[in-house]
Amino acid sequence: MSNEFVIAFSNTEGTKLLDIRNLSVDYAASSGTVHALNNVNITLERGQILGLAGESGSGKSTLAYAITRLLQSPAEITNGQVLYYPRSNAYGDARIERLTSITNKKNGSNRLGINGDAPAPVDILKFTPAELRAFRWSELSIVFQSAMNALNPVLNIGKQIDDVLKTHQPKLSPDSRKKRIAELLQLVGIAPDRMRSFPHELSGGMRQRAIIAIALALSPELIIMDEPTTALDVVVQRVILTEIMGLREQLNFSVIFITHDLSLLLEIADKVAIMYAGRLVEMATSIALQRQPRHPYSYGLLHSFPTLYGPRRRMMGIPGSPPDLRAVPSGCAFHPRCPCSVEACTTVIPPLRSSTPETPMQMVACLLYESSFNNCRELPTNTEFAAKYEAYYEALQGMRSAE
Amino acid sequence: MSTGNRKINLPYTQYTPIDEEKSSVPILEAVHVHKYFPLRSVKLFGPKSVVHAVEDISLALYPGRALALVGESGSGKTTVARLLARLYEPTSGNIFFRGNRVQSSQALKEYRHHVQLVFQDPFSSLNSIHNVRYHLSRPLRIHGQVHNEEQEREQVLSLLRRVSLSPAEQFMTKYPHQLSGGQRQRVAIARSLAPRPEVLLADEPVSMLDVSIRLDLLNLLLRLKDEEHLAFLFITHDIASARYFAEDTLVMYAGQSVEGGPTNEIIQQPRHPYTQLLVSAAPDPDRLGPRGQKAPPLPAKGEIPSLINPPGGCRFHPRCIHAKEVCRQRFPERTDLGGGRWAHCFLYGEDDTLSSNKEKE
Repeated sequence: MSNEFVIAFSNTEGTKLLDIRNLSVDYAASSGTVHALNNVNITLERGQILGLAGESGSGKSTLAYAITRLLQSPAEITNGQVLYYPRSNAYGDARIERLTSITNKKNGSNRLGINGDAPAPVDILKFTPAELRAFRWSELSIVFQSAMNALNPVLNIGKQIDDVLKTHQPKLSPDSRKKRIAELLQLVGIAPDRMRSFPHELSGGMRQRAIIAIALALSPELIIMDEPTTALDVVVQRVILTEIMGLREQLNFSVIFITHDLSLLLEIADKVAIMYAGRLVEMATSIALQRQPRHPYSYGLLHSFPTLYGPRRRMMGIPGSPPDLRAVPSGCAFHPRCPCSVEACTTVIPPLRSSTPETPMQMVACLLYESSFNNCRELPTNTEFAAKYEAYYEALQGMRSAE
Repeated sequence: MSTGNRKINLPYTQYTPIDEEKSSVPILEAVHVHKYFPLRSVKLFGPKSVVHAVEDISLALYPGRALALVGESGSGKTTVARLLARLYEPTSGNIFFRGNRVQSSQALKEYRHHVQLVFQDPFSSLNSIHNVRYHLSRPLRIHGQVHNEEQEREQVLSLLRRVSLSPAEQFMTKYPHQLSGGQRQRVAIARSLAPRPEVLLADEPVSMLDVSIRLDLLNLLLRLKDEEHLAFLFITHDIASARYFAEDTLVMYAGQSVEGGPTNEIIQQPRHPYTQLLVSAAPDPDRLGPRGQKAPPLPAKGEIPSLINPPGGCRFHPRCIHAKEVCRQRFPERTDLGGGRWAHCFLYGEDDTLSSNKEKE
């Protein structure tokens, strides 16, 4: 029975899984419209871990909910596409038939230039409720931040996993469902005899594992994890992360990992996208980002965490506080806090593009890298950023004490 | 409290970690403090059970220095802070302020004047129906710092400036819902500074805040520590910010203290197996990417035990990879490791024969 869930995972690296194009989300508020997401473009490869980082209010969770179509009024997706690339039939997965039938109905999307044998991408945002139902969980699942609130307190965890299986695979017999539940619990490191435990009988870490087990129930291609370890202690967090990494290696799903803890993200993610006030400001591999962040905000964020090793020194973080989304500063939203800002930053919204011709994969949205505003000056380096922040901080201190 | 002549802390300058002169005499000291919370018994005539929240903790706070209390949730960190704030009475053990035990209610009022607590969550520690001025003027009046409107206004303004809330005049009339998390926490800190305390007990003061604001607030607290010579108890679960903020660290596990000493050395060379576990679990961006350098496997398993029926002896023994028979029998005495460091562990020289009759409890 279990073989039905084990999919052959050979030769899947490097193919596109999700393509988010120009996604914008608004919240309608009495005081005006809040643009929570603005023209976000992200591509995710199969088996990749994409990290989303940013302060609260930067739109990380809104993005996750938009992808999963979980947004509710007053939120509204105003623009964009979320293209999902189903796994090709060659891998013999029964689920594909369902999705390809969806694809065929929406035919015409082949103009995107997909290889002949691979199924054409489907736009998640255009799914009908029935298609969405077929899509959710079997292709994409989500792990929420607070396990205590995500689990039903009056049902035991076995029952809650069973719910998923029963709804999405009605043909499974009760016996095989039970077998699958035990298998899932074992997978995330819970003894199968805890199947009848209620959420309150489990520790925080165990609850989070149970949530992950539910997310894994139908072996999805993509799991969105919205701050899955924030409420946990460091030691438990480490254990859960190791668990997730191990499972990913074993089952080869992709992950969109949302957290505000950049130091954690750099450690686990392949690619990191940094958001500020609803826009992507930088996207790069975690290695490139750690070596040389290109956006002043990324640099500031990266240097907001005290380090465990190296010399102890005074750090500054980023002056000011994140903007109120009801009144986002004009131009680049970061300019009031930015030590490198120039006159043009207050009016021009910089597009997200490759920072330099040498590093096409490191995308940044900053005028420092636009030749029309920056007369071919040297690219800012870490030391330059540090000096700029230092000078900025001192100027602020001066202003404060002058008061 | 003029802010004009305040020394500007230049960023990226080296710390002066230990200043001998200002760290000679402890201002607040806890000696062998225990705290048990009684539980409602399940059986009417059954044995009374208690939560062993804090077991034999001793610590000392010095002016101008910070002691970080590090451990997982449930390790008793907050209980220690509340014991020191005298919100709880210790079950046994003593707390000395400037060498005196504080007992009479008059002395206790005086004590609270000098020892103030900053709470973790600025969203619940401020009263949403009162404005900032009310929050700050209450402690000023209660502790007799001000006697008329004019003084009160002046003092409130100076408090707001001390925590870098400017323009102070505008903040005075604001309500908590008009403030961001960082600003609220600054108001909460200003409130605790109002009675002019000498000791601040900060219970995870930055863990509820956004990353970019945390550092700003930590720098504010550092300034108070360095320039106003406040003694700090800094409770945190983030060992990296303990290193940033505090000279000394005390590591707690399940209500017991396991290791203590200068923070930097504890992080660079953790000796107790639990400290090793904590340090290796902390995120480290130098370990890059899922296919990069792997995080080392954790040197222990399991989770923090229930404190109603804690494991005997050293409470870490069920998770410890070095656990011996003696660890189940009794809690190790404090072993001095030199350089101000100590640990409660049989690995470091303490006589580990079972026959030793020093059993605790």
